[in-house]
Amino acid sequence: MTSVYGPATDWATDFDHADPEYNKNIHKIWDDLKTSGCPIAHTDRYGGAWLPLTYEMVHEISYDTTHFSSRSPVVGQLKPSEIPDAVPAPVGGVPPISSDPPFHAGARHLLLPIFAPKKIDPLNSVIREFCHKLIDDMGDKEFVDGAVEYAQNIPVMVVAHLLGFPLEDADQFRVWIRSALEDVGEAREQRETDQLALADYINKHIDQRIEKPGDDLISYLLNAEMEGEKLSREHVFGTVALALIAGIDTTWSALGSSLLHLANNSVDRRRLVENPSMIAQAIEEFLRAYAPVTMARLVTEDMDFHGVQMKKEDWVLLPFPAANRDEKEFPNAATVDIDREINRHTAFGLGIHRCIGSNLARLELNVAIEVFLERFPDFEQDTKEEVKWSLGQVRGPRKLPLRIVTRT
Amino acid sequence: MRVHVDPTKCQGHNRCYALAPELFDVDDYGNAFELNDGVVPAGLEDKARLALANCPEFAISIEE
Repeated sequence: MTSVYGPATDWATDFDHADPEYNKNIHKIWDDLKTSGCPIAHTDRYGGAWLPLTYEMVHEISYDTTHFSSRSPVVGQLKPSEIPDAVPAPVGGVPPISSDPPFHAGARHLLLPIFAPKKIDPLNSVIREFCHKLIDDMGDKEFVDGAVEYAQNIPVMVVAHLLGFPLEDADQFRVWIRSALEDVGEAREQRETDQLALADYINKHIDQRIEKPGDDLISYLLNAEMEGEKLSREHVFGTVALALIAGIDTTWSALGSSLLHLANNSVDRRRLVENPSMIAQAIEEFLRAYAPVTMARLVTEDMDFHGVQMKKEDWVLLPFPAANRDEKEFPNAATVDIDREINRHTAFGLGIHRCIGSNLARLELNVAIEVFLERFPDFEQDTKEEVKWSLGQVRGPRKLPLRIVTRT
Repeated sequence: MRVHVDPTKCQGHNRCYALAPELFDVDDYGNAFELNDGVVPAGLEDKARLALANCPEFAISIEE
């Protein structure tokens, strides 16, 4: 991995969230910035970007859709205005995450019923069965990779199921998604190749569903109407791409981080093994402490923001995990406390772009952790190997070396 | 005690539904609403307060 910009030199004035050092040392980087009096960092990379670190700022930006557009939620080397075929605002390339009001509400409204709790809860059994199978496949091995052999497979299965994609294709689209999210600093040509391959794949499936409708999200979108009209092909495509990109890395990242915590905190692990009813509350604390997702916005006009001068089309990162560590909102924010009862964390965002998959994510997390603890009541991190963190706006362990101590 | 979910603020995080299903339900769009006209049965006051404290959108209000 070689960023076109080179390594980050100063986290306050030249930060790079795609630098491998960032995700690896993220909490220390944020703490150092804040104690040195820098609540909002800047960089000229990516054409200019800001990194606000307080709950108050993240909250404000989330709710101000006038000054902060969602046009492009992933920071790239080019601004949307520099990309010739980019779908313009207020729709954007991946509606509804890339959409602004007034288009946003209708596009989101269409999808809400699919991800409502009562629709999602019945997936419990198929997820549970899959988790058990993944563990069966580990056999009697003492050393397993909790990311590669477990966490990363679960959301892929779920999203493939939702979209009607064959599970055998999982390895392939996993590569393309990784490229879309992680390789933002790499030379653009390879990334573009991956994006084209992903687009071809999605288009092939859309064409197949047009010929032969099914019981999946793609068919639902092809059939849906907004204000009496069918959705444009672009809209259908964008939402399918979104489901793939937003539903996979995010969830396994949260799951992987949670398993890493449990591997290193035997008291917490034992309590959850003995009281599975505590798992749901513990997961909310893991979501707060290890929130995987940082979103991004584009500034719509030159403005003063808490004393810094933002320029039109500057990127502004929305680090929900940093907001979750704000002492003002979360007492003892740096402590992961599974007994924390008051926890209005922002892992799934705030406001109109609240992660539409949050119920599904929570279901996957709850089932995956329940099953893992049931089958492996005692496990620890295998410190002979290093945990390898992902790069960029979605932070999770790509490699999670574990040693299984007890299996049931 | 009565609880109320402000429908203009609710974004469907569903924390209230998860923490206090006796007091809140969710509609087909995943948006929450109070059950029983918001009247909180005796003994469930702490659950109501917990739901309020866990709503990221500050959409829940309580009338003691």
